[in-house]
Amino acid sequence: MHIPDGFLATPVWAALDLAAIPAVGLIARRSQAGLEDARAPLLGVMGAFVFAAQMINFPVGVGTSGHLVGGTLLACTLGPSAAVVVMTAILAVQALVFQDGGLLALGANVMNMAVAGVLAGYLPFHYWGQGPWRRAAIFLGGVLSVLVSAFLTLAQLRISGIPMPSAVLGLSMALFLVSALVEGAVTLAVFGALEKMNPGWVRKPAGAISRLRGALAAGALLMASLGALVASGLPDGLESAAAKLGIHERAWNLFETPLLDYELQFAEPVWMRKVAAGLVGLAIIYLLCAALSRWLLRRRSP
Amino acid sequence: MDPLIRVSGLRFRYPDGTEALKGVDFELFPGETVILLGANGSGKTTFALHLNGLLEGEGQIRVCGLPMDKISLPEIRRRVGMVFQDADEQLFMPTVMEDVTYGPLNLGVEPAEAMRLAREALEQTGMSAAHAKAPYHLSAGEKRRVAIAGVLAMRPDILILDEPTTSLDPPGQRDLVDLLTALPQSKIVTTHDIAFARAIGTRAVFFEKGSIAALGTVGDIASRFGWEPLPRG
Amino acid sequence: MHYLVMEEWARRDSPLHRRDARVKMILLLVFLVWIGTARPAQPEAYAAYASILLVAALASRLPLLSLLWRAALVLPFAATFALLSWMAGDAERAASLVLKSSFSAFAVLLVVATTPMPALLAAVESLAAPKMLVMVVQFLYRYLFVLSEKAQHMWMAAQCRGGIRRASAGGAIAVLFASSHARAEGIHRAMLARGFAGHMPLIRPSSLHWLDISFLATGILVLSLGRWLWIL
Repeated sequence: MHIPDGFLATPVWAALDLAAIPAVGLIARRSQAGLEDARAPLLGVMGAFVFAAQMINFPVGVGTSGHLVGGTLLACTLGPSAAVVVMTAILAVQALVFQDGGLLALGANVMNMAVAGVLAGYLPFHYWGQGPWRRAAIFLGGVLSVLVSAFLTLAQLRISGIPMPSAVLGLSMALFLVSALVEGAVTLAVFGALEKMNPGWVRKPAGAISRLRGALAAGALLMASLGALVASGLPDGLESAAAKLGIHERAWNLFETPLLDYELQFAEPVWMRKVAAGLVGLAIIYLLCAALSRWLLRRRSP
Repeated sequence: MDPLIRVSGLRFRYPDGTEALKGVDFELFPGETVILLGANGSGKTTFALHLNGLLEGEGQIRVCGLPMDKISLPEIRRRVGMVFQDADEQLFMPTVMEDVTYGPLNLGVEPAEAMRLAREALEQTGMSAAHAKAPYHLSAGEKRRVAIAGVLAMRPDILILDEPTTSLDPPGQRDLVDLLTALPQSKIVTTHDIAFARAIGTRAVFFEKGSIAALGTVGDIASRFGWEPLPRG
Repeated sequence: MHYLVMEEWARRDSPLHRRDARVKMILLLVFLVWIGTARPAQPEAYAAYASILLVAALASRLPLLSLLWRAALVLPFAATFALLSWMAGDAERAASLVLKSSFSAFAVLLVVATTPMPALLAAVESLAAPKMLVMVVQFLYRYLFVLSEKAQHMWMAAQCRGGIRRASAGGAIAVLFASSHARAEGIHRAMLARGFAGHMPLIRPSSLHWLDISFLATGILVLSLGRWLWIL
């Protein structure tokens, strides 16, 4: 799911880098929680733990095995802010040391997996983590974290003009669904074992936020990702809208369509116009999610 | 002579309620190397962690004349250098040089001076050649020596070592003995290794279920409590 | 393991190794942006980028085939989408995907393979990355090997006893979690014991050598000129 460099259109990776910087910066500051640098060793070591844990293959049946991604597990034990920081650090190490994921695309990968993925993984636990639905909540969190990351990744690739015939798209989604289910199962299994060892590791979700807001946030996140994916695959309706609005030489017309034309000319300003609309839409969605999640986190922490 | 460390009536309870220390009195005099012996869980490591304020119990502790309180804590931590059992937890910086300068830099020493102190400490422990290496490239013995260097760079008066011979091969153990006997600081060492204890210890203290059961020479304590290793031959 | 090879390479010496990490990071980022914004239709551009990378690779005195092999790991992913593009009639995009992604990967590889991680992180931090994040990465990297080894041992021990099944895998990962957590506590204790009072101390990176400045200037000049002439 790590997007390499050279895949995303310039406005896409640039906007996501710009979005990731304040998002991670703010969350990093929150995860410090006034303890200055004291949390860094714990977060670093837990990041190394995730790497190590990814080496343990989980038999999934049918002769395949999967491995833990880790965002949901981290969020339910260390808390969502810490989990975001740890996952960001993991992605950075993967990009630099293992060249798994591009450097310019790091913002995109961070937003998809470390921010959206972690939040999507945490929200079910936040609301239902302390009741009879706890196990289902954790499983759902694992599933959602992978699905949301996957949807956003696919959406960004499509908006950038990467061709994805429906067969390929369908296959990708099926594979992602399997990974999502594996993540849910593994997270649940590890969580269960952890609880037996030491109930203190399990985070007590502060259920102070109303269910309604929580449902809104979860819905927004899921819709945003699904919506981005769907929108990027519906050029026709948007094209007619573009024709009505017209195209101007220099200015970005905010509601222009991304023409998913395989002849995007990166060098000239035309591409900017063509991709602007989809990108701005995506940016709006991200800002919405970021604002909502920031608000939620602020409400949650004492 | 005034003791460097004086402990009176130290009590400590873990968060789950177990009483780990039941009123311990202890003194360390200049020039001594005191060996703490005892079964696992008898309280010797828990006791040692109180001596630089990592754990807080009830009772009185005075280190180099300073009371154990928040104000004196930074100074106490400079004077009492602690070397932990797990060298990987102690060497947490990416390179040896960065790790050894960590202590001095925390004390507010200028970077150039910190590096000088670090180089001196590395020379004292024979690890100068490794200054640019990453800790996990070092052998157990080398890690142990770098950990000691990291503590020496802070110019402590007292060294506390927790099971320092863990994972060391016989040459490594011999090197450690040579190093420790050459260092002028007063020392407290917890260990299970009687031969090692005999080689460096001036006296011993036996911990049993959270209190000190006996004091004496290493040989005395060993024979009294049957603390000898498996017989040879 | 891959990063052990990178570590070993980073410790060697060459004209590229000797350059300041900050300069290498800046040039790398500019280079990546240049490749990212290059026009896909121009074979001359790709040839030009390839030559720059080749020169840099030679300057690094690292085994070229090994470098190429490691950078090629991005190829399967890129090739799949390239194939799709080509089948959709967009040969330009196909070439662009494969070339841009592998060139970018190669550039990153070169910089990381000629710069020890502590210097790299110090450079990233001086280029205004959030300090907390840099420290987390530093600790992550420091304990990556230790914990991976532990996981491997656990894996081997389990294989000796018949392998890992679903329930036991969860338990194994939980144990790894627990020991990692305990280790982090131990590290915290060790930090406190050596005077930690809230801030990690830093050794400031050294000042720039004139060679570094000229390297930076030349790089920027070449890239700017190339872009102005629309070669790069």
